[in-house]
Amino acid sequence: MSTASYILGIVSALLVLAVVVELLRRGRLRERHAVWWMLAGLLALVAAVFPATLTWAARLVGVQVPTNLVFFASTAILFFVALQSSSELTVLEKRVRTLAEQSALLELRIRELEDRKKKASGS
Amino acid sequence: MPLPSLSRTLVVMPAFNEADSVADVVREVVEAVPQAHVLVVDDGSRDDTTELARAAGASVARLPFNLGVGGAMRTGFRYAVSKGFDAVVQVDADGQHDPAEIATLVDGLAAADLVLGARFAGVGDYRTSGPRRWAMVVLSRVLSRLTRTRLTDTTSGFRASGPRAIRLFAEHYPAEYLGDTIETLVIASRSGLTISQVPVHMRVRSGGVPSHRPVKSAIYLARAGLALIFALTRPRSSHASEGVR
Repeated sequence: MSTASYILGIVSALLVLAVVVELLRRGRLRERHAVWWMLAGLLALVAAVFPATLTWAARLVGVQVPTNLVFFASTAILFFVALQSSSELTVLEKRVRTLAEQSALLELRIRELEDRKKKASGS
Repeated sequence: MPLPSLSRTLVVMPAFNEADSVADVVREVVEAVPQAHVLVVDDGSRDDTTELARAAGASVARLPFNLGVGGAMRTGFRYAVSKGFDAVVQVDADGQHDPAEIATLVDGLAAADLVLGARFAGVGDYRTSGPRRWAMVVLSRVLSRLTRTRLTDTTSGFRASGPRAIRLFAEHYPAEYLGDTIETLVIASRSGLTISQVPVHMRVRSGGVPSHRPVKSAIYLARAGLALIFALTRPRSSHASEGVR
């Protein structure tokens, strides 16, 4: 592995962590959504700084080519992030639905009250 | 169970871009059951559905965007709870349900919590064929066993709900496609409600054509099956536990 690719690995891992932390700091990302991204960034950093850990982990689980372990772990993490997003989306849709129903009923109630008032003041 | 009177009955009509037919259907309902209150739930229409329904004499709740029949119906059930109605009858805004039979459905509530208007039970000449028909037959078999009563038309949208069903559905009324017909039966029977059916006439829709194309039928069959499987495997705690008294 060349020095350039060694540095590239470390820099990209640090970039991921920096972006996640910055988003968290500004309140643009909630902690529970950030967990997976933090985990991915930290794993990438460890593997980038100490490539030996990657080789060790690959041998431990019986993966022949260490890079394949990286691909597997990345896919798994992205999978869980996407699944969590879908699930959160479902919760949000449910809440939006309830709010929409409530707003329709409130609008109708206001109209009924206004009509009653008009009738009362008219007669 | 005491017989709910028609004056304590709310007719809920979900309507999505039904400007062509909604006013006529509202007038027909008012004519057929003058004592009942009519609520049109405008499901995010972009035409004049709201104005026309209002002019025809219905109360109209307008949803800010399209939620599907399930969302529109739950809105209706919530309205019924807040106003204390004893019966809710769902009627389609496209005119395929005959308002003259609303009273028949409400009569059925004397002996059950949920009454379905069944299209194949010997009255009228409503027919369907091919995979869609098989799907309906299978659904009817499964749901009949589950609800311990003979149901021949489980996807009928023409139905009446009594006080217990109203309270349940104001909380739990699925929004998914076909959930409003199939899953509601599962929810109702798991919550201990009694279900029955009465035969009704069905008229040709005045707007829109029912689909009979094979691909569409196959998709319908798959979605109906999925809806049923998910309804049956859903954790009970989500609705059955907060029992309906």
